[in-house]
Amino acid sequence: MKIVIVGDGKVGQALTGRLAEEGHDLVVIDSSPEALRTSVEVHDVMGISGNGASYAVQKEAGVEDADLLIAATSGDELNLLCCLVAKKLGARHTIARVRNPDYADQLVMMREDLGLSMTVNPEMAAATEIARMLRFPSALKLDSFARGMVELVEIKVKEGSPLLGQALYTLSSHLGIRILICAVRRGEEVYIPTGSFVLQQGDKISITATPSEMDSLFRKLGIYRHKIHRVMVVGGGRIAYYLAKQLLKLGMSVKIIEKDAARCELLSEALPKARIILGDGSDRELLEEEGIEEMDALVALTGMDEENIIISMYAGTLELGKVVTKINRMSFQEILDSAGIESVISPKGITVNQIVRYVRAMQNSQGSNVETLHRIVGGRVEALEFNVTADPEVTGIPLKDLRTRQNLLIAGILRGRTIIYPGGNDTIEPGDSVIVVTTGHQLKDLRDILERQ
Amino acid sequence: MNYKMIRYILGTILKVEALLMCLPALVAFWYGEGDLLPFLVTILVASGLGLGLALKRPQNTVIYAREGFVITSLSWIVMSLVGALPFRLAGAIPHYIDAVFETVSGFTTTGASILTDVEAMGRGLLFWRSFTHWVGGMGVLVFLLAILPLAGGRNVHIMRAESPGPVVGKLVPRVRGTAKILYGIYITMTLILIGLLLLGGMPLYDSAVHAFGTAGTGGFGIWGDSIAHYDSAYIDLVLSVGMVLFGVNFNIYYLLLMGKVKSILRSEELRWYLGIIAGSTLLIAWNILPEMGGMLRSLRFSFFQVASIITTTGFATADFNLWPELSRVLLLALMFLGACAGSTGGGMKVSRLIIMLKSAKKEINRMLHPRSVHILKFEEKPLDDNTSRNVFIYFFILVAVVMASTMVVSLDNMDFDSTFSAVVACINNIGPGLGVVGPMGGYASLSYRSKVVLILDMLLGRLEIFPMLMLFAPSVWMTKRRKN
Repeated sequence: MKIVIVGDGKVGQALTGRLAEEGHDLVVIDSSPEALRTSVEVHDVMGISGNGASYAVQKEAGVEDADLLIAATSGDELNLLCCLVAKKLGARHTIARVRNPDYADQLVMMREDLGLSMTVNPEMAAATEIARMLRFPSALKLDSFARGMVELVEIKVKEGSPLLGQALYTLSSHLGIRILICAVRRGEEVYIPTGSFVLQQGDKISITATPSEMDSLFRKLGIYRHKIHRVMVVGGGRIAYYLAKQLLKLGMSVKIIEKDAARCELLSEALPKARIILGDGSDRELLEEEGIEEMDALVALTGMDEENIIISMYAGTLELGKVVTKINRMSFQEILDSAGIESVISPKGITVNQIVRYVRAMQNSQGSNVETLHRIVGGRVEALEFNVTADPEVTGIPLKDLRTRQNLLIAGILRGRTIIYPGGNDTIEPGDSVIVVTTGHQLKDLRDILERQ
Repeated sequence: MNYKMIRYILGTILKVEALLMCLPALVAFWYGEGDLLPFLVTILVASGLGLGLALKRPQNTVIYAREGFVITSLSWIVMSLVGALPFRLAGAIPHYIDAVFETVSGFTTTGASILTDVEAMGRGLLFWRSFTHWVGGMGVLVFLLAILPLAGGRNVHIMRAESPGPVVGKLVPRVRGTAKILYGIYITMTLILIGLLLLGGMPLYDSAVHAFGTAGTGGFGIWGDSIAHYDSAYIDLVLSVGMVLFGVNFNIYYLLLMGKVKSILRSEELRWYLGIIAGSTLLIAWNILPEMGGMLRSLRFSFFQVASIITTTGFATADFNLWPELSRVLLLALMFLGACAGSTGGGMKVSRLIIMLKSAKKEINRMLHPRSVHILKFEEKPLDDNTSRNVFIYFFILVAVVMASTMVVSLDNMDFDSTFSAVVACINNIGPGLGVVGPMGGYASLSYRSKVVLILDMLLGRLEIFPMLMLFAPSVWMTKRRKN
């Protein structure tokens, strides 16, 4: 597909990388030739420097016959204008990044009146993700499928865990809980395990199960902790605002530390129930004075990755219930693991996932749609949910007769309200939701799970 | 330095070369003149080496600018060394350095020959000799990029190192798509040219060989007196126009296909290029009028020679070495100038001349009005300082290399015309120069020392100097320090 991306900033660059990897024809527009240079040299894309909202520049980029235009400049208004112009020129779909909280209530109206296909708000999405992590603090990462009926949780196998030393196919009967382990990360390697796989201490595993079964698993593993009530947020940016709003609604108490006085006042006005502290969150004295040790969770959201990492490492030594770290530059992820920073959130990563999911859905409007897409195990494994439509090559055939590709696992079939962990005799039927876990393949349609002839 | 990737791509290049050599092998088989065996042996050697080197695709395919440069220059060297084998094995060129000279001259689309009697060579070998022009014209790595996904997004480093011109732009977002379009245009234009030559009564074999020489702007012929052999105004005209067209930036043809005629007319480089051709043709036609006797005849020969020299092809319909001094000097100047960026032609490129003229004008203006602010524009876009600085450095190194090479070649004790024009004709990928190395002469009489220098000059010229120079920078060859 032909995709035009306006704005080559953090999100723009991450998007360029992912979409180029998926094999789309990309044109990137940015006003700074310097920013474009890196994109053009590293990814196979065309760069055009200029104002992305101008008619002439969009024409040069060939927006007339583009399938999609994504506006990800730093200005909301500019993004909307880009989409408007693109729509007039004839782009099929447009996506705008709109992140000013002031516009949050008029998004639906803008989408309809301006003909936008989608708006994305990285900060809001990140906040929602963090809030979910805080609700289920035992998981390193938690994603859900089928409107929350199935959960995908990443946990670390600790010493003495009952999961150790067992082949995976005996696990369910051994524990008395129906779960499925769909991906294992051991050191640098990532495995899609087979039934005979045996877990080792230190493995990070991804598990799918229904929420209630997940609860009992956590209890069995003895890692079930009390709910989180008190949260300290360091850094009072947009994510902090959206997050505090959601957490307060859940009945948690929120303390935000922010060093800019004007910002503090703004936050205090918008969030009367939160406690706003004026001060430097990377100051140990201040953190202690504000009772970091009594907190259930800490979320590091300052604008500096380095500060966030230091604060999180410190909080880690205090053994709080949960520490979440915001990181913008994801390229050093292995180092974070060794520093003991486990729950990492990247706003741009989440946004990119949203858009990639939309793009894949655009590509096949007839077949079985990608309903949900999560990247797990540090982005090296994809877990996708498909809504199944009738397809003679896939549906109604016992799984043992389907020739599926390597490194791919059908992690669950959702039929009505029950989840089936598929065995060889199960079939995929129209109307089901199917969860597929894979490394290295880019699935766009359920049919892509089959080995190509 | 990603040595594994370099090895892998070199292996792939050899495999491609073996594949390409099947065509001349077929021709040799068809004519049965006994030059089939050398081709078969070379194909075996090349594919064996290629398979060995490219056995395993490396895990890490990431390459940076320096790998791009190194891959490009090494590929050209390796290709030439292997491509020279058939000439040596068949015994047509007894000395290996001569065979390499001939092959490098082919791949770099120079067309300088050490053969004293072209007509004695087998038709399979002659076909290969001209076919190297066609392959080298658009670039064999660009061909590779079109058919194989090599290094993902980083392919642009390879394309940039191989393609001529100060700025290398892509036509469509992906390098692979761009490479496919370029080759599509190239093949189509070559086929049309073959068709037109056939219409002029040229036999199929001759048409194909001359079309290759024209498309790659190379200039190897199959007759001792080059195109003059046919003595046909029609063929002269077809080849002249053909050469001029292959010297145009291929982006122009893409725009034409897209129906953007307006932006073609606005292309500065194209207007300058056509203007220079028209101007030089008229001047030379007037200059040689007394010898030709008749304006039309004079125009025919002068247009052919101007087209042949400015596009750096090097075909000849007359011995321009015997023309009046003004014409000779003018042709020598055109040798330096060369064709358009992004074409198959060599030389310095018209766009570099425009950029230098504009920069010079800007500097003079700045001396007069020290506070004036003036942005240089080229092709309606502001020109960044990097590009114009790069053009000047390119020009400086070109002149320096020409001087140094001329000194080495002067050890052969030829007259100045011959010594200087031999270097100029090689580094700008033209072929025939003046004097001893003129259109009816050749490079056979030069010493092997001079030939090796000229081989390097041809490669430097084709790859526009920088990639080859990178091979001599120690920092390119740095490896990871191992802990003891």
